[in-house]
Amino acid sequence: MNELYDFLSGPALWAAFIVFIIGLVVRVAYLFGLSRERDRVFYNHVDLKWALRSIGHWLVPLGSVSLRAQPLFSIAFFVFHICLFGVPLFLLAHNTLWKEAFGIRIPSMSDSLADILTIVFMVTAVFLLVRRLVRPEVRILTTAWDYFLILLTSAPFLTGFLAYHQVGPYKLMLILHIFLSEILLVVIPFSKLGHIILFFPSRAFIGFEMGTRRGVRTW
Amino acid sequence: MSETLQKPINTKAIKELLDMNDSARIRMWLSICSRCGLCAESCFFYLAKNKDPELSPAYKVKATLGEIFRRNGEVDREFLQKAYDIIWGQCTMCKRCSLYCPFGIDIATMIATMRAVCNSQGIAPEGLLRTSDNYRDTGNQMGMSTEDFVETCSWMAEESADEMGGLTIPVDKQGARIMYTVNPREPMYYPQDIAMAAKIFTVAEEDWTVPSTGWDCTNLAMFAGDRGLAGQIVKNMYQKALELGVQAIAITECGHAYRSALFEGPYMAGYRDGKPPIPIIHSVRLFYEYLRDGRIKIDPDKMLEEPVTYQDACNISRNGGLWKEGREIIKYIAKDFRDMEPNSELNHCCGGGGGFIPMGAEFKKRRMESGRIKAEQIKATGAKTIIVPCHNCFDQIKDLNKEYDLGLKIVSFKEVITEAMIIPDKFKPVETNDEDDAQE
Repeated sequence: MNELYDFLSGPALWAAFIVFIIGLVVRVAYLFGLSRERDRVFYNHVDLKWALRSIGHWLVPLGSVSLRAQPLFSIAFFVFHICLFGVPLFLLAHNTLWKEAFGIRIPSMSDSLADILTIVFMVTAVFLLVRRLVRPEVRILTTAWDYFLILLTSAPFLTGFLAYHQVGPYKLMLILHIFLSEILLVVIPFSKLGHIILFFPSRAFIGFEMGTRRGVRTW
Repeated sequence: MSETLQKPINTKAIKELLDMNDSARIRMWLSICSRCGLCAESCFFYLAKNKDPELSPAYKVKATLGEIFRRNGEVDREFLQKAYDIIWGQCTMCKRCSLYCPFGIDIATMIATMRAVCNSQGIAPEGLLRTSDNYRDTGNQMGMSTEDFVETCSWMAEESADEMGGLTIPVDKQGARIMYTVNPREPMYYPQDIAMAAKIFTVAEEDWTVPSTGWDCTNLAMFAGDRGLAGQIVKNMYQKALELGVQAIAITECGHAYRSALFEGPYMAGYRDGKPPIPIIHSVRLFYEYLRDGRIKIDPDKMLEEPVTYQDACNISRNGGLWKEGREIIKYIAKDFRDMEPNSELNHCCGGGGGFIPMGAEFKKRRMESGRIKAEQIKATGAKTIIVPCHNCFDQIKDLNKEYDLGLKIVSFKEVITEAMIIPDKFKPVETNDEDDAQE
């Protein structure tokens, strides 16, 4: 168990982060390279104002006509994403490790807040999963891979929560938490989860296409 | 379509097209669609058919372009036939869905790419393929000869002399300010539209001309998926305008012609900077400028009194950016304006776009079904008259008027403006004693 823990929190973690970062960099660089020749329409109508508005209106809850049409989904979806980034980034347990390993100091939230946000996250994740099963126009688009991804994204939260509260065998839960998080990191560059970066150029483009060229609000 | 079903698939051509179109945008869109389903509510096809999930934009792409990319072009005719039904029969490329998508995915562009793939295999609606032949042979979708077109123009100029003096329809006038282009429906079936435009230009004292070639601003090849032909069509128009040395190309009240001339045309014709070589102005913008600048004045007694609504043609409002201009014109010509909900950039397609009207009988039933959304919007305004600045919307709304008993009077801006405008004395018809003139 201990060797496995050492491996997963050592070389495996390095590898996961490297694949995560390099994978995303390569994906974006590849698309950028392709775009120079075949997507002149992206570059011909660049306007920072329209890009920022197109992006900004979708970074707030209910910021677009589409989100306002499904308000419950919109709020769940935002809370899901806020917790998704907020909890791992500002968790005391994670930040202790960063400080020990590299001397980096990152502010942390209290453990009770982290607990609440983790539970909130799990509730929104269940909501999104159920929505996917229940709404016909979402279900028809969903494949096994989509179900796998929402479960994979939720798994680190579940296992982390259980490990912290020492529910079940602690070492096993901790190892699962690290392992599943590493799988998630590695999958991000190669799946629709790449939208953490690609959301921005994609929204910028429609901002140019409809905003710069036609004055249309893409929200 | 049935004969082409027998021919073998040219997988190499498909792969080449996919490769050419395997642009960063399409790759990015296909890979980040998170299957959230938000696009569904935006689509009038989906809404009209009781929210049938197979009519959601994301599904339509997934089942066609998404699938063919996944299979790397290795598909059979049966697949292409199913795709045909979706990309021509269930989407008008109105671009409303890209406003609803969290990533702003341009679904219409992906449907257009799939149309190009099918067209490469000879698969496209008969109605559109016929017009492609006409464009190739005569430069216009109706196969009208230059002689017939020019004759129609002089005929209309003659007819108009009874109502207006000093009206001419100059053909190929070098150095005019605007080169006015039309939808061939006009010289073919509604020549009075040309007369109306001529009257407006006369009163506005516009320096204009019609070209003897390159007068057809429509571009059905764009909807047929024949990008090469579409580029050539628009190039003919640009080149004629450059030859004549005009300052701008004016587009009649047609929607997709504007989309073709100003937005898609430059790319299809190979202008890498995406700019047409000559400025393009649409009639809606032109008429707005005439009214704004007082070049045309409306007789207040001739303003429309009954409740009036406005059709935001997709390619003029949302995809043309001219929804405000249309409403400004209406302020001059109508007393009781009732806007539809939603309107402006968020308007619903009438159901006749994307080439649906020229496709003819094949999809008429479908466009009447999906047009229910537009019909209900119109009904809800309580309007008795609808102003429609696009030929295809005009035909669709005429059909919807019958199908859904809307009891509407359907007019173009040209029609209302010519009837309501004040004709300055210098343009009043010339009195003659010639008995040939006593026709009406």
